Amino acid sequence: MTLEINATTVRQWSRVGPRGMYGQAILDVATRHEQVVVLSADLGNSSGLDRFKNSFPDRFINVGVAEQNLIGVAAGVAREGFVPFASSFAPFISMRASEQVRMNLGYMNLNVKAVGIGSGLAMGFLGNSHFGLEDVAVLRSIPGITIVSPADCAEIVKTVRAAVDLEGPMYIRLTGSVNCPIVNTQEYDFEVGKAIALRGGSEVALIATGSMVAVSLAAAAELERRGLSAAVYNFHTIKPLDIDTLQGICEKYLNIVTVEEHARIGGLGSAVAETTAAWGNRPRHLIVGLPDVWGKTGDYSYLLEHHELTTSHVTAKVERFLGSDLKCCG
Amino acid sequence: MAVNGVDDMKANKDIEPMAMRMRRRILDMSLRCEGPTHLGGGLSIVEILAVLYGRVMNYRSDDTRWVDRDRFILSKGHGVLAYFSALAEASIINEETFRSFKVNGSALIAHPVMNLDLGIESSNGSLGQGLSLAVGMGWAARQQGKTWKIYLVLGDGECNEGSVWEAAMSAAQYGLGNLVAVIDNNRFQSDGLTEDIISSGRLAEKWRSFGWNVHEVDGHDIDQLITVLTGSLPSEMPTCVIAHTVKGKGVHFMENNNEWHHNRLTQSTYEKAIASLTVAS
Repeated sequence: MTLEINATTVRQWSRVGPRGMYGQAILDVATRHEQVVVLSADLGNSSGLDRFKNSFPDRFINVGVAEQNLIGVAAGVAREGFVPFASSFAPFISMRASEQVRMNLGYMNLNVKAVGIGSGLAMGFLGNSHFGLEDVAVLRSIPGITIVSPADCAEIVKTVRAAVDLEGPMYIRLTGSVNCPIVNTQEYDFEVGKAIALRGGSEVALIATGSMVAVSLAAAAELERRGLSAAVYNFHTIKPLDIDTLQGICEKYLNIVTVEEHARIGGLGSAVAETTAAWGNRPRHLIVGLPDVWGKTGDYSYLLEHHELTTSHVTAKVERFLGSDLKCCG
Repeated sequence: MAVNGVDDMKANKDIEPMAMRMRRRILDMSLRCEGPTHLGGGLSIVEILAVLYGRVMNYRSDDTRWVDRDRFILSKGHGVLAYFSALAEASIINEETFRSFKVNGSALIAHPVMNLDLGIESSNGSLGQGLSLAVGMGWAARQQGKTWKIYLVLGDGECNEGSVWEAAMSAAQYGLGNLVAVIDNNRFQSDGLTEDIISSGRLAEKWRSFGWNVHEVDGHDIDQLITVLTGSLPSEMPTCVIAHTVKGKGVHFMENNNEWHHNRLTQSTYEKAIASLTVAS
């Protein structure tokens, strides 16, 4: 089975959504790499892993409702040469098992691919207990862990393939829900740690990751209709940050806006700000993300609206940012 | 290297002097570093590690990355005094490295730091994590058709950690007969007696009810340890050896005295301790 990226497949994958796509991508790589094993903490079905489980029952490990053990066992199999992908909901990986991640993926640098499913607000009515609001903030502070947040289903395929080839620990952050927006419609070059320029523009650069890449592209199109020229960059890799590309952006633009479905504390916006803080003549920087409050719960589109992460909200924020001396409105 | 067959009894007799040398090493390390060390829980696992490294485990002192070696994990990571002493006795680390304990920048600090060149299989120090790692390694070994085993030492206090029991359930579920966990049941934890803090209760029954093959031994009785650890173990069930031990074993004023959980040796207490070892032998 080969997952070819084209106009037809990406439409099908969009309907499947990120979790189902992770399941397809992992089945695809497992067929070609026999060292790939998959672990789940009693969420095999929710993680889109049914087909993997049926196709490779002896390479599927279910640890039950035990995320600490999930990470520890994944580390043990990695230690002996396998390439484990261990998935659970984002907060359970990043916080319930945070110290296991720190010891095994961080301190011991073991080749575990931890996959946070349903991150951001995608779990909708399941509520804040299941949301991935802070996963990047937590994991980004642990030395040595690569963090990738794919922009769409095609990029999930790219990320999972890259994860197998890239020796070392990685956190793959899956955002978005079924019928997710499409960013990529054909084969493209994807390299972990290398941001992708998706759209040129002269007045502002939108630096986005995960689900917010598509939103930022749509916002840039809307801004253009309003006479504002916005570039869009896909920073799929949050760590290590693509400093070369960021430097180029900062030399070119007076205004940058980072956009992410994550707390404004500790995510991509923070990573960019930490990096650019010491640079002279750096652009003004608006951090668009989730506010520092516990929001109400509803379906995914309600939540994006509620937290002002829709295309129209992002467009309006950029417009206000460019048109004023607005200090903070992310 | 473990010795098999004809010279078993002779080999067993070698373990006792090895344990004695390890206790001297422990006191030397502790004095030399001029700071507090985990003496009590190091001294309680001396015979366990002497038997594992002197008699039970297959390894090559000059090839620490040999793929078919048995693996050891010190899940109670603060037991390094005994661990590094055993690695030195096994000629896995040389004397120069051994003497670098708690020197600034050294590979040997107060908890194990994974270093395959030094025969240290994992980083520990955060309690309750070693068994999960061992479960993954055991699963991997079986998947690869390998016959090596994983031995690990946990503390009874460490078994307060819920993650130990997550791992214990999974080891039984996967039927990992290549996994042997030794519990250093010295009845103390950092703040005092386990029965006063969080009682271990009937530890053997707990492990048995979690699906493990359980043995109980006197953790300072070399023959008992050897009998269990070299005996035939079930092939599809993990084994737990509950080793009843004495915290601070071998140094009379440290035995069952939790002041020596983590403490500093002065020259005079060192000399008293060395004298105590000699009397005990």
